Amino acid sequence: MTTVTAGPAPAPAPPGRRPAGPSRLRRSWDRHWYAWAMVLPVVLVLAVLIFYPLVRGIWLSLTDLTEANQLAEVCTRSITGGEICKENPNRWEFVGLDNYARVLTGGVGEFWQWTGVTLIWTSVCVIFHYGLGLGLATMLNRPMRLRGLYRVLLVLPWAVPAFVSAFAWKFIFNERFGLANSLLTAVGIDPVDWFANRWTSLSTAIVTNIWLGVPFMMVALLGGMQTIPGELYEAAEIDGASPWQRFVNITLPGLRPVSMTVLLLGTIWTFNMFPIIFLVTEGQPAGQTDILVTGAYRAAFEGIRNYSLASTYGVLILSILLVFSIFYRRALRKQGEVW
Amino acid sequence: MSRSARTGRSPLRSVGLHATLIVASLIAVGPILWVLLSSFKPGYAVQSSELTLVKDPTLANYAYVLGETSFLRWFGNSVLVAAFTMLVGVFLSATTGYAVSRFNFPGRRPLMMVFLVTQMFPVTILIVPIYMIMARLGLINTPTSLIIANLTIAVPFCAWMLKGYFDSIPTALDEAAAIDGCGPYGIFWRVVLPLARPALAVTGFYAFLTAWGEVAYASAFIQEDRNFTLAYGLQQFVPQFNPQWEYLTSAAVLVTIPAGLVFLYAQRHLVSGLTGGGTKG
Repeated sequence: MTTVTAGPAPAPAPPGRRPAGPSRLRRSWDRHWYAWAMVLPVVLVLAVLIFYPLVRGIWLSLTDLTEANQLAEVCTRSITGGEICKENPNRWEFVGLDNYARVLTGGVGEFWQWTGVTLIWTSVCVIFHYGLGLGLATMLNRPMRLRGLYRVLLVLPWAVPAFVSAFAWKFIFNERFGLANSLLTAVGIDPVDWFANRWTSLSTAIVTNIWLGVPFMMVALLGGMQTIPGELYEAAEIDGASPWQRFVNITLPGLRPVSMTVLLLGTIWTFNMFPIIFLVTEGQPAGQTDILVTGAYRAAFEGIRNYSLASTYGVLILSILLVFSIFYRRALRKQGEVW
Repeated sequence: MSRSARTGRSPLRSVGLHATLIVASLIAVGPILWVLLSSFKPGYAVQSSELTLVKDPTLANYAYVLGETSFLRWFGNSVLVAAFTMLVGVFLSATTGYAVSRFNFPGRRPLMMVFLVTQMFPVTILIVPIYMIMARLGLINTPTSLIIANLTIAVPFCAWMLKGYFDSIPTALDEAAAIDGCGPYGIFWRVVLPLARPALAVTGFYAFLTAWGEVAYASAFIQEDRNFTLAYGLQQFVPQFNPQWEYLTSAAVLVTIPAGLVFLYAQRHLVSGLTGGGTKG
């Protein structure tokens, strides 16, 4: 793919293009009708399930809709059993960019705090995922005994559903009887009340996410390493290159295409990683470890459901990710990467 | 030493390598093992700060989870939701993956772009509109609503993955079949699809696992105990007050075994599909 990302391209309705004349349309139709027929089901699903909700979400973010004011009419039952319906005086209405102003100026929620936590969370997790994944892949990429066994054991965290891992680590970091504190006590360190402090609490979530994310990077990079021709290494060895020089000059450049893809995917996935924060820290203490997605979720679905605010957060999060990926790809193109 | 002769590595380096890998493996397996061990302990041993690996082993936790709670119901709900997500997702996206891989038609690039961009959608942007649509259709609190919500993730993902796999099937086969008089659909059904069966299985399994572990929609859409999926139901074991970790651990083991087996089968093929889709635009 070499086109520039220009925002969420709407689901392309295949016959919607209008070429110059009817004959050209006709020819184009004859040539491509089966391709269009093949993609039609997915285009329809994307239009109904993603594009339409997305447009609605953007629209909702410009209103003040909540669970409390969504009804068009308020009905009261009188003693005689009849029902009197009046127009809801507090009905939701269009408010323009008010939600965005309130969110971005900190009038409601903790947008900037969540953004800060999200940035720390994403960068620490991705750096460790990639670093550890690369290290382990390098070690597994050489002939040795028990290689298959190590590989299976190291991949196991990926096999556990994320919500189960979240519970497992929450259990391990339990302040009273968790394994982490038992081990600390065993070596003579006072037990830590992990979820009472902002940074220890965030660390537990980060440890959990690193644990479950490394196998993906490891397997992906190992796959990439195995496509690098062995002759390159042999030639380098004959030229007297040290293992480190071989790693820097052959392995790393050879891994570039894979690295770029998995780093982009990893960043996006971690940025949007909902279950870990939601289940491990639950935002403790007092919402200070919420990232953008969990904070927005709580704002929307806890207490009176605030649909418009949740949509506002959704639009903001998606914008951040889109801007990030545009810059990411532009940076790649500058270095001559065709991707 | 035969090993050092084979690999040209000094014994010291060999020891270092294996030691590192053993430590890493222990960290990878440790938490899983700890939960497994804890699931066989009685409640008082799980809730004690004493460090023991095995204490009064018992199957009581499993008996309680399977017999006295709605666990099996939740399990059934999860299977239902995940299976339908998988079937519908793969069924819908197979032809699309093929068309995007083989034909250069107007709209191909934007479509690829959409698949990529939808991977970025945070759950928060679609959850509210989809919730409101479901509420209007009267589908809140049903497995159907979860299947539909999961399809927003599964369909673009499956199409993306399948495109990567179809790319790896040589086009020479298509051309040969076309010369023999096969139409585009005939080629797809009779030539490519049979070859792509492992790819379909792997993609399907991954869609299954994503739905199996989905938390946000399940927490927001389902309100009644009997309709919970596992991802949400398990939270019921560990409320803020009086959490019952001994039951959670055994439930966690029961949830992980099927998902883990499916996963270990699928993972070998997974990454090549993911990265292949991205690099061979």
